[in-house]
Amino acid sequence: MSAATELTRAWANGAGFVREVERLSGQKVASCYQCGKCTAGCPMAADMDVAPRQILRFLQLGLQEEALNNSTIWLCASCMTCVARCPREVDLPRIMDALRQIAVRRGRVKERRVYLFHRLFLAGVRRGGRLDELRLVLGYNLRSGQLFKDAAKAPALFLKGKIRVLPEKTSGAAEVQQIFARWEARKP
Amino acid sequence: MKRIGVFICWCGSNIAGTVDVEKVAEAARSMPGVVYATDYKYTCSEPGQQMIKDAIREQHLTGVVIGSCSPRMHEKTFRKTVESAGLNPYLLEVANLREHCSWVHPREEATTRKAIDLVRAAVAKVARNHPLHQGHIPVEKRALVIGGGIAGIQAALDIAESGYETVLVEREPSIGGRMAQLDKTFPTLDCSACILTPKMVDVSRHDKVTLLTYSEVEKVEGYIGNFTVTVRRKAAYVDHSKCTGCGLCMEKCPAKKIPSEFEMSLGRRTAIYRPFPQAVPNKPVIDREHCLKFKTGKCGVCAHFCPRGAIDYEQQDQRVTLHVGAIVVATGYDLFDPALYSEYGYGRYPDVITGLHFERLVNSSGPTGGHIVRPSDHKEPKNVVFIQCVGSRDEAKGVSYCSKICCMYTAKHAILLAEHVPGAHPYVFYMDVRTAGKGYEEFYKRATEEFGATYIRGRVSKVYPRGDKLVVRGEDTLLGKPVEIEADLVVLANAVVARHDAAEVARSVGFSYDGHHFFTEAHPKLAPVETNTAGVFLAGVCQGPKDIPETVAQASAAAAKVVALFSKDQMATNPMTAQVDPACCAGCMLCEPVCPYHAIRPETIQERVGGKAISRQVASVNEGLCQGCGACTAACRTGCIDLKGYTHQQILAEVEALCL
Amino acid sequence: MKIAYYPGCSLHSTGIEYDLSGRRVCQDLDIELQELPDWTCCGASSAHVTDHVLALALPARNLALADDLGLDVTAPCAACYNRLQVTRHELAHDPKLRQEVEELLGRPYTGRAAVRSLVDLVASVGEEAVRQRTRRPLRGLKVAAYYGCLLVRPAGILQPDDPENPQGLDRILAAAGAEPVEWPFKTECCGASFALTDHTEVVTRLVAQLVDGAQAAGAEAIVTACPLCHSNLDMRQETAPGATPLPVYYFTELLGIAFGHSAAELGIGKHSIDGTQLLAQHGWSQAV
Repeated sequence: MSAATELTRAWANGAGFVREVERLSGQKVASCYQCGKCTAGCPMAADMDVAPRQILRFLQLGLQEEALNNSTIWLCASCMTCVARCPREVDLPRIMDALRQIAVRRGRVKERRVYLFHRLFLAGVRRGGRLDELRLVLGYNLRSGQLFKDAAKAPALFLKGKIRVLPEKTSGAAEVQQIFARWEARKP
Repeated sequence: MKRIGVFICWCGSNIAGTVDVEKVAEAARSMPGVVYATDYKYTCSEPGQQMIKDAIREQHLTGVVIGSCSPRMHEKTFRKTVESAGLNPYLLEVANLREHCSWVHPREEATTRKAIDLVRAAVAKVARNHPLHQGHIPVEKRALVIGGGIAGIQAALDIAESGYETVLVEREPSIGGRMAQLDKTFPTLDCSACILTPKMVDVSRHDKVTLLTYSEVEKVEGYIGNFTVTVRRKAAYVDHSKCTGCGLCMEKCPAKKIPSEFEMSLGRRTAIYRPFPQAVPNKPVIDREHCLKFKTGKCGVCAHFCPRGAIDYEQQDQRVTLHVGAIVVATGYDLFDPALYSEYGYGRYPDVITGLHFERLVNSSGPTGGHIVRPSDHKEPKNVVFIQCVGSRDEAKGVSYCSKICCMYTAKHAILLAEHVPGAHPYVFYMDVRTAGKGYEEFYKRATEEFGATYIRGRVSKVYPRGDKLVVRGEDTLLGKPVEIEADLVVLANAVVARHDAAEVARSVGFSYDGHHFFTEAHPKLAPVETNTAGVFLAGVCQGPKDIPETVAQASAAAAKVVALFSKDQMATNPMTAQVDPACCAGCMLCEPVCPYHAIRPETIQERVGGKAISRQVASVNEGLCQGCGACTAACRTGCIDLKGYTHQQILAEVEALCL
Repeated sequence: MKIAYYPGCSLHSTGIEYDLSGRRVCQDLDIELQELPDWTCCGASSAHVTDHVLALALPARNLALADDLGLDVTAPCAACYNRLQVTRHELAHDPKLRQEVEELLGRPYTGRAAVRSLVDLVASVGEEAVRQRTRRPLRGLKVAAYYGCLLVRPAGILQPDDPENPQGLDRILAAAGAEPVEWPFKTECCGASFALTDHTEVVTRLVAQLVDGAQAAGAEAIVTACPLCHSNLDMRQETAPGATPLPVYYFTELLGIAFGHSAAELGIGKHSIDGTQLLAQHGWSQAV
């Protein structure tokens, strides 16, 4: 059995990190009283490595390593079921967003493929203003090394006119590119 | 010529540790009108008080300033001290050198300077104090108790036993309240009815108690010792002076399918009914809404069969006026509507019930004769899930507070289930098990050890049907995993909330309530049964969640307060009341609506102007009602209302001493 | 009634039948749709996973376009609707955030244009209007109205009638003559965008739970108002050998059928799970 977690050091090291999560998410981690209603209703909980409730517990204790290095923050689908039922009105998905952003900044992405998906999604939007589902899926399958994932479904979709071969054109694309450029410029 | 004495208290090191008390006394000696100033270690002690008395006599003082702790602490003490030395007690001022100074500032020069300023202000004020004299009002030695649950019954019995007339008003057709609906009581598992019904009978038969059931308090006027109360006696359509309670009418009434309120709609009643068999008084009333005679004009079966001719369809509501000296408010509580938790499906799924439903299901005189069955198919449930904190400790959908009784009654339900249904398994979802009370923790222990209740720490997220079962999904937070229980029955421990009309009651009687609409006690520790309106006392859950032992204790405490009030023929009144100068009052009456105590009324006065008699309207203060809050003095545009003891002149003198 | 139309990316590809049927139904109900010129992607989950301000700026651009038209805006896609509505709410309540977003946009944002879901829009025309426009009531068709997450949550912002057991879609379907069943998974999540990542097994599990729940309640079909839910339910439904899968319709498709259009006109032939057969059984495939 591993040694006990020493909490005063955890807090001394992690307090700044917790404040950063609170700032990014607009939530107070102390609001949570660990009732577990979030986890009980979470559609993804069965596939997560730690319960959503425990993410908040890590934050309450300043345990940043535990809070960042898990699949849970990447598997949150932002379905908001937990927010709808939380007796303390904690917006847990906002906390998950904040943790993912910090994890990316620190290069600590546990679910690299989920992150890859989001990155490709935004890159596609940035490029064309609108999302091109075909290129997103192809790009994702290529880069995540599962070339033929769902390949069987493609011809039917194609024949039914559900997949565009050529990406849609919108003159709004230039404006979207500017939005991304300005956003990138203001990042620290 | 003013001769003011100043006494600076050290309060041990509480004041002297931070403030240079000798310097304050020294400074006081040169203040206008001060002829004597000193400091002392404990002014409130016997020798300290003696020192003040001696100084008053020897120095022929006309006013006293004591620089000490808050006047809330010892003003009364010191008033008695100066009075016993022959000085009017209102020629005393207390400068608060502790809470307002030494406790909140560091030990430094400026703190002592502030203490000197506070003393200077008090000296300036006391130089303008006038002797004030308490008035006396007669006390009507009859009490009104509003609410006939266990709290009201206990209070009424205690007051009546002390020899005073008591009127007990209950809105429902019977007294008994919530306790009458309960099966057993924790932690002893006494049968609730067995300990309650004797008290119900006692109170109804007591020669000092007048019982007004099926009645509501409509209006309260007056003040401590002298309240005038209007009570509406709702038409029962049965002349209770003739009715013997034989019950034939109920047997014959054709409208038999009305959901019984007392049975939480699990049972049925007739249109002419008494809420339950042990009702007091044991006489029926007619529910107009469901009565065929009232609905269609046809029927009249009850009148036909009544051997005493007691049925009276023409009966009207009556208004009764009561004169009482004190009021005990014991109006009880409601339960939180669990339908607000849509995820639990209460109201959608019949086998999701509340704790009070469970009480009726397990009660041998209840709708199932004490057999615990599911409302949907009347089958006996095996796996029963109890969900605690439904509405409690939930700011999002319910209330922020803990309802206090649910942990214990849920443990009781788990035990009763295991006792009634062989092989049944109670599961309890809890947040924290709170068992502060004599024998309470041991009771909870029995629920788990002897009766096999499984306790799961976590809040349930959702309840939904699967076949004829209910799936309860929660997280076992100790296990760190979502868990699921296929239950036959789900029982919600819904929060205790204030009665829906609590705010209305508080406003009509004239006292305050908190954000949750529970009635506010005058002081949370030192005056827990008094309200901020003199002569009005609180008992039971209308003041906040509590269990039966606490309710009974509080009811007896409220009764003791009433009896203490009635032990004197007359009551001294606070002389620090508002006073209108009729000569300059313009009669605008802006002061009237700002008065929280309804103490100001217009009055017509006769005057001679230029030799002619005229009459005009001015404001007039009822000194019995006035509590001396001063709101009217601020509202008065002509500055014609003064608060005795806090006149404009006195306050301006204080301000001047502080600021100029 | 005239309203700006924000189709969103899915309605131009995998959700094309929602676009087709939605436009027809609106026309039938005298709702004039004006597509936002040069609309762009709302950023969906990927944006808010990445950055809060970016996640507000992408929808805000489209809201600003609606402002320019002086129209309120409807978004049929539940995800787009959610992002637009949440953005409007956040920017209305936080002037500082609004300023940051305006800086990113490089254009003013007023927040005048209100956002409506297509369900809400049809509901606002009224059940009576739906009833009157119905040429062939969907009598005997038992449907499970599925709202998913994004039409109802966060409830504080979207203000559904009941976030756990909403009725809006049920009532519209009932007005068209269908029989909505009472079922407990109306607002459970389908797994959303995880269908495209390598966590497809999660989606398969969640979809199975929804389909089982709908079937247990006696439904013959599931009805959605979201292209993400639709594609998950339509493409990730695994059926035991010999069992028939449950067809999944957009609510606008069924309204279109009730209003007398043919299945082909409404794009119902484009589903992965055949949606035409059930309609044919009832004799509703052809236009009337």
